[in-house]
Amino acid sequence: MEIKLEMLTKVFDNKEKGLTTAVDKLDITIPSGKLIGLLGPSGCGKSTTLYMIAGLLKPTEGKIYFGDENVTDIPPEDRGIGLVFQNYALYPHMTVAQNIMFPLENLKVPKAEAIERAQEMADLVGIGELMDRKPKQLSGGQQQRVAIARALVKKPRVLLLDEPLSNLDARLRLATREEIKRIQRETGITTVFVTHDQEEAMSISDEIVLMELGIKQQVGEPQDVYDKPDNLFVAKFLGTPPINLFDGHIKDGKIMIGDANIGQLKTDDKEVIVGIRPEGFSLTERSSLKVEVDLVETIGRDTTLIIENPTRKGETFRAIVDAEKRIKPGDKIKLNVKPTKLFVFEKDTGELVN
Amino acid sequence: MLEEKHNIKAWLYLAPAMILLLVFTFYPIFNAFFLVFLRDFNFLAGSFDGFTLTENFVYILNKPDFKKALLNTLMIVFVSVPVSVILALLISAWLNSIKKLQGFFQTIFFLPYVTNAIAIGMAFAFLFHRNYGLINTIFNWIGLPSINWVGLGAGYWSSMFALLVFIIWSGLAFKIMVFLSGLQSIDKQYYDAAKVDSTPRSRIFTKITVPLLSPMIAYITITSIIGAFKEYTAVIGMFGVRLGPAGNDGALVTIVALVYEAISRSGSDGAYSEAAAASIILFAITLVFTLINMQVSKKRVHF
Repeated sequence: MEIKLEMLTKVFDNKEKGLTTAVDKLDITIPSGKLIGLLGPSGCGKSTTLYMIAGLLKPTEGKIYFGDENVTDIPPEDRGIGLVFQNYALYPHMTVAQNIMFPLENLKVPKAEAIERAQEMADLVGIGELMDRKPKQLSGGQQQRVAIARALVKKPRVLLLDEPLSNLDARLRLATREEIKRIQRETGITTVFVTHDQEEAMSISDEIVLMELGIKQQVGEPQDVYDKPDNLFVAKFLGTPPINLFDGHIKDGKIMIGDANIGQLKTDDKEVIVGIRPEGFSLTERSSLKVEVDLVETIGRDTTLIIENPTRKGETFRAIVDAEKRIKPGDKIKLNVKPTKLFVFEKDTGELVN
Repeated sequence: MLEEKHNIKAWLYLAPAMILLLVFTFYPIFNAFFLVFLRDFNFLAGSFDGFTLTENFVYILNKPDFKKALLNTLMIVFVSVPVSVILALLISAWLNSIKKLQGFFQTIFFLPYVTNAIAIGMAFAFLFHRNYGLINTIFNWIGLPSINWVGLGAGYWSSMFALLVFIIWSGLAFKIMVFLSGLQSIDKQYYDAAKVDSTPRSRIFTKITVPLLSPMIAYITITSIIGAFKEYTAVIGMFGVRLGPAGNDGALVTIVALVYEAISRSGSDGAYSEAAAASIILFAITLVFTLINMQVSKKRVHF
């Protein structure tokens, strides 16, 4: 089921703060059968968007389509969605089986069939043996799976997940995100999930939608967005460690950081912000970018050099280089910059300079 | 070592409450158990005629008033408690669902709690007045004849009905307050989840709200049953010391009313022991019901 958001806007009327625009004229098409991550810092409107797709929040303006059907004014119960809440909202007084069967009982599915379908879903998410437990007796990850099973059991057209991994510990998070990906693939259901964790979104999404302050920043396959950020915000938000920023300028088609020429770009001479991914540096014999190493961190196969930022006093930047090159703090080195990891942004708007 | 050091301090902090409890609660309880075994104890003279194991109990159990009081008390417990708990539940669910005027209605429903029971009793007696009362006026509007609820020569059932209405109404305030705070602490996500799963409203109430509120419901039920067994002020408030409509004196006597009645005859031999016997019987009945209640709650209350 393809989901289309058209000029979707949500304005909250808050007594103390006045009007706040949580989501601003959002235009997105979510392709059928894909796993889409709505990504952004907290307060960017991603959860508001999800709850508008669910129907629990009413858009101030704009339309929502499931396929060709306009569902904007359809109440949540008639939209055919499954929703997994951030803290799962499992009914504490019901067993796992009762929780999963609850939506089916509402739909008056015959009991024998309901039991069978609940068991089927529980097996799919890997909690088939826990049917008689109460939510309290389950771990966070197991509760999460029960919530997914409950959302899926009524065969919804769309599965929505609100920060599905935020309540899990780090180890479980890794396992569960694989699990969500697997369940989505096996069921082929169009899935939208909300997260503030870029790594999480990048690792399992077919496409990510990056938002800030209620406005869509960029949509695309995770690697494409990472490799071709449209603006400074996107470049800064994606990637760990984050992208390094320098105050630079363009002179005669050359990208300059201070006196060092690090690349070519055919555009007018002007002040710009230069972004270089940490993995975009390499050690070289010949380069005009000469720096002194402050600190060296070697973690496993990577060596990260921490170097004083030549254009921003008091700030440092990181360069990830081959661990085989033994570099010590205090060494003077020369760095090359890979053109694919180098981005130039307008100083005032933050837009990418092409 | 550390803990012992703090012991004296802890006892000191507890002392004010402990002293009050000792003087006004524990001593009277033990004293009641003592008095009940005295024969012909005279409170004013302080004299008694030896000890007896059962005489005071036998005496009170054989009193015709006791049977009447027991039946009235049981009637109050078994009608007023379930009706008021269910009403309070419905009202608080309704209060919780409205947005406008919620504070206003909350205040209205809470008013009985801060109003004197005797004053309300008198107001209720007037509401049920044969000629001028609001109830009969409404009855006449819808074409029903006036009923002599609580006036001279009023019947047992009509006056009991009026009494029950009063007791139920005056008990609502506290229950609504407890239920409302319970409802407000239920995570809104449960209701969102139920909505997404197209749960009908009645099912949301019975399958989600009531179970999640069950600890409060159990607490309120137990305390209301205990309270109803001790009912006395409502009878006094509506009917005064006659404990019934004029011409039908003592018709609405309760067990606690019997206790007070016996104490008021403090000059006569055995009256205090009689009161003690009635209290201890009431205590035993209340204990049994509370134990049953707790047993049931254990099975039905979640968490």
